[in-house]
Amino acid sequence: MWGFLKRLWWIIRRPSAYFSLGFLTMGGFVMGIIFWGGFNTALEVTNTEAFCTSCHEMRDNVFEELKPTIHYSNRSGVRASCPDCHVPHNWTNKIARKMQASKEVWGKIFGTINTREKFLEHRLELAQHEWARLEANDSLECRNCHSDESMDITRQSKRAADAHERFLFTGEKTCINCHKGIAHQLPDMAAAEGEDHAGLLAPAHGEGLLASTRSYLGLSSD
Amino acid sequence: MKHLRLAILAVPVFLASAVFAQDVSQNQVATLRNTAPLDQEGEATQIPGIVNTDIRQVRNYPDQPPLIPHKTDNYQVDLNSNKCLTCHSRTAVEVSQAPMISVTHFMNREGQTLGAVSPRRYFCTQCHVVQTNARPLVENEFVDVDKVIDYVKAQQGGAD
Repeated sequence: MWGFLKRLWWIIRRPSAYFSLGFLTMGGFVMGIIFWGGFNTALEVTNTEAFCTSCHEMRDNVFEELKPTIHYSNRSGVRASCPDCHVPHNWTNKIARKMQASKEVWGKIFGTINTREKFLEHRLELAQHEWARLEANDSLECRNCHSDESMDITRQSKRAADAHERFLFTGEKTCINCHKGIAHQLPDMAAAEGEDHAGLLAPAHGEGLLASTRSYLGLSSD
Repeated sequence: MKHLRLAILAVPVFLASAVFAQDVSQNQVATLRNTAPLDQEGEATQIPGIVNTDIRQVRNYPDQPPLIPHKTDNYQVDLNSNKCLTCHSRTAVEVSQAPMISVTHFMNREGQTLGAVSPRRYFCTQCHVVQTNARPLVENEFVDVDKVIDYVKAQQGGAD
C-alpha cells in the first residue's frame, strides 16, 4: 500500500514526458468545467421538489401536509418548494447543509422513518432540528422571500401588524418563533420542551392540557 | 272496440301526467341543488369570504360563545397542538394581547373550578366560529334578549 502511494506520488511529481504543457493546461481546464458543472448539476437535481418527493417518506407524510397550505396552493400561484425552505440558498451554506444531509441518506438506507408510525415517532425530533436551524440563522429561508423591509403592515390585519411591529421589527423574535407548523402539521407539542406557548405542557402541578384531553377522550397512550 | 276502450283509459293517464309535469316545474322547492336538473350539474356558489376585522362582535345573549373575528384557516387544533391557545391561553395573553379564554373553560361539568382548562373545552371550534360575508339564505328573525325583556315588561304593563 505504502509502495503504491509512493509510486503514485512519484508519477504525479514527475514532469510530463509525452503531453505538452498546452494540452495539460487546456485539458485540465476542460475537465474542470465538466467536473464542476456536473457536480453542480447533480447538486441542483437533489435540490428539487421532485427529488424530495421521490421517496415515500417525504411524499406520503410531509408533502401531503404541505399541499393544503398557503405555501403550496394560493391565489397568486407562487409556490415554495421543499428546498426553498429547507436548504440555504447561498452556496457555502448549501454545501454545509448537503453534507449534513448525508445523515438523512443513512436514515433512508436503514429505514429510520419508513413507516407512518416511525415517522410520527420521530416527528418531534425532526421538527426540532428545523426549528433550531431556523432560529440559529434568523429564519433566513423565510426571509429569502419575506423581507421585513417590503412588508407593508398597513396591508395586514391589525392583529398581524401589531405582532410584527412588536416582535419582528424589534428583532425580539424571528419568524419561526411564532410561525411553527405553517407548512406541516405540528408534532406532539406536549413533549416539546421549551415550547409552552399555549400552556399545553404539564403545569407545575397536575397534568398538562394535552395529556388531560387525551385521557378525557380515552386516548391515553399509556 | 278494444282500441276505443284503450283510448278512453289513456285519456286520464295522459291528462294526469301533463298536470303532474306542470306541477313539478312550478313547484320550486328550495334545495341545495336549487333548480338544477338532476342530470346536470348546477353552478357552484362562490365561497364567501371570512370576516377578518379583529373587531369583536356583539353577543346576542350573554351565554353566547363569542364569534371569532379573524381567519382561522389551517389552524391546527388536534391532540398534538392547539393553535388557538398559542394566543388565547392564560399564559399567552401577555405576549399576544388576545382575550383570555373565559373562566367557564376552567370548570368541569359540575361547575367546580380547575387549575387548568377543562378537556371538554379543548376543541375551540365546537362552539366558536368565524363569520363570513355570505348573504343570508332566509330572513333572520332572531330577536335580541334586550328586546325580549322590553317586550315582556311592556306586556306586564310597564311595572318593574
